[in-house]
Amino acid sequence: MSRSSQVERTQDAAAQNESGMEIKKGIAVSPGVSIGKSLIVDSEDYRIPRREIEPSQRAGEIQRVRDAFHDAIEELDALERGQDEATGGRIKDIFAVHLRFLRDRSLRRRITDMVHTEAVTAEYAVSTVLRSVAAHFETNVKDTYISERAADIYDIERRLLRRLLGTKREDILHLKEEVIVVARQLSPTQTAGFNRDYVKGIASDAGGRTSHAAIVARSLGIPAVVALEDLTEIVRGGDRVIIDGNRGIVIVNPDAETVHQYEEYSREFVALEHKLDTIRAKPAMTRDGVRIRLLGNIEFPDEAQIVLGKGGEGIGLYRTEFLYLNRPTEPVEQEQYEAYAEVARVFKNQPVVIRTFDLGADKYTQARRVTPEPNPFLGLRSIRFCLQNLGMFKTQLRAILRASVEGPIKIMFPLITNLQELMQARMIVHDVMEDLDEEQIRYNRDIEIGIMVETPSAALTASTLARESDFFSIGTNDLTQYTLAVDRGNELVSPLYSAADPAVLRLIRMIIQDANRAKIEASVCGETASEPEYVMLLLGMGVRTLSLTPPMIPEIKQVIRSVTIEDCNHLARTVLTMNSERQISGYLRAAARKVLPEAF
Amino acid sequence: MGDRVLEKLVRETTMEIKNAEGLHMRPAMKFIDLASRFDCKITVHNGPHEADGKSIMQMSMLEATCGTRLQVRAEGTDADQALEALRDLVEVQMFGEPPP
Repeated sequence: MSRSSQVERTQDAAAQNESGMEIKKGIAVSPGVSIGKSLIVDSEDYRIPRREIEPSQRAGEIQRVRDAFHDAIEELDALERGQDEATGGRIKDIFAVHLRFLRDRSLRRRITDMVHTEAVTAEYAVSTVLRSVAAHFETNVKDTYISERAADIYDIERRLLRRLLGTKREDILHLKEEVIVVARQLSPTQTAGFNRDYVKGIASDAGGRTSHAAIVARSLGIPAVVALEDLTEIVRGGDRVIIDGNRGIVIVNPDAETVHQYEEYSREFVALEHKLDTIRAKPAMTRDGVRIRLLGNIEFPDEAQIVLGKGGEGIGLYRTEFLYLNRPTEPVEQEQYEAYAEVARVFKNQPVVIRTFDLGADKYTQARRVTPEPNPFLGLRSIRFCLQNLGMFKTQLRAILRASVEGPIKIMFPLITNLQELMQARMIVHDVMEDLDEEQIRYNRDIEIGIMVETPSAALTASTLARESDFFSIGTNDLTQYTLAVDRGNELVSPLYSAADPAVLRLIRMIIQDANRAKIEASVCGETASEPEYVMLLLGMGVRTLSLTPPMIPEIKQVIRSVTIEDCNHLARTVLTMNSERQISGYLRAAARKVLPEAF
Repeated sequence: MGDRVLEKLVRETTMEIKNAEGLHMRPAMKFIDLASRFDCKITVHNGPHEADGKSIMQMSMLEATCGTRLQVRAEGTDADQALEALRDLVEVQMFGEPPP
């Protein structure tokens, strides 16, 4: 950091508070407020960013270095003693060497000297000094035995950083205290592994509103803010952090007054939630008596209960990729059957739409490819991936069909782009049905089969696809991304991503009209269904079933109960004559604010 | 106090690394463990590079391979004993490792 910006920071901090409170603005992706201690979660090869400190903070940072060494020594001592001489001789030796490095005063002095002279954080000094030692071994590679020492140094660095950055990284799955997770970027896999009893909030430097990590956070009901740019440079492990998932704000080291305000605000928010909960038992009906069906989008089977608790009338999108997360092998049929049947049993006579594996792109498959696809979002993903991996596809279909005797389960194929794909996928369902017949296994022969309409090509040929579909579900996230050619996770272009774009809205209208003509249902299961400002528009365009993230069901029901279809129709007609995204989103927000002022 | 400094023993000798794998982690560990048992200050030179004989980081960064001749300097009352013990470790026991 340059001198002038450090002065600026000092002034900033002074303007706000002497205690060093910092406020960061990002994108709110999952509602709620939480206050807690931060836990930094990083990938192994992550570089610690340089962060300067005030001269007065140096003594504290030096103490952090000493504490980290002290704790790491204790940890290693225990590890070394635990190793049996006979079987673990070599490992014992390695630990013994690491211990000597940690006890090496000259190493520790290099680090504390750096903190002192350069006024940087403990973690930055630890990382920089140890990496320069490692680099020394790597560049002087005359002797392989000696150059291999670099790996040992990196290991020591990691051990110290784990101490400085919070709890041990691996412990994210075995948390024992409440934390706010702070990361540069979170993968859906990491997010899915979070224990919601302990992870009270999520904040990340990267990401967008519809990144998969955000979707997972939302479905777990964990407040989250993303796109915070350099948050990880500001926050240290153990710092007190406030996550405001309603306004998209993260506050690091809040002062007492701010904490007090937020505790108050959090109570109000909970009160609003309770108020919305009271309408749980009331029907989702417009003021002029039109019944709307509200379903839940879920990621994991145990979320079915949450949907039920929020007043959802079934599942409109059951994402099944979780079966592939956090594991090295493919899920077997029985395991899948149980996951599907469990949800069907919760809803008995209400629909459960199971989306077949939407793998590919940023998910599971890329990590396993020998050479990653250059453009995975236009690559082998979703239904394309399933049609090329028939074994796994058939296993899933078998499990779904077997579970279909438990309730009105429906099958939904994602990312259909043409009629051939749909016909092929349907044919495979029939093959699996024949197999089940031969084995005399029961299933629902009349199971409904529909598609996600989420590509421009599917939208443009909706009238054709409707002939082979029992229902449509409009996936507005991918539809927006593919129509506008915008990667929703890329902060550089994510402002261009908007479902309120006239091009997207015209496609949505086309899909709904074609579905109506074919007399099949067109529901919406994308993020727009959970955004109050879009709900009136969707109703006005003719949508009668919305599937959304469970925590938003009461609020959306409140919107529905506050409007008339006549108003919605008028709004939709007006919006569809508009030519700019800006004009449309402004108009929608104003309309929603009138209906549900406290949500804005 | 000045007198005591003058009285301090300073001894210097050369030792050759004779084990095949050189002064890698385990030998470096043995060296500093042994050196640390003595009160005297121990400094090791490999050409222009200098290391504190009680610091594993500095010793392992010396890059001493088989055949390297180290200049070992001991300053303190037990300097003689220290150098004798270290020579035994480096040249006689060869850190308990095989020669090339």
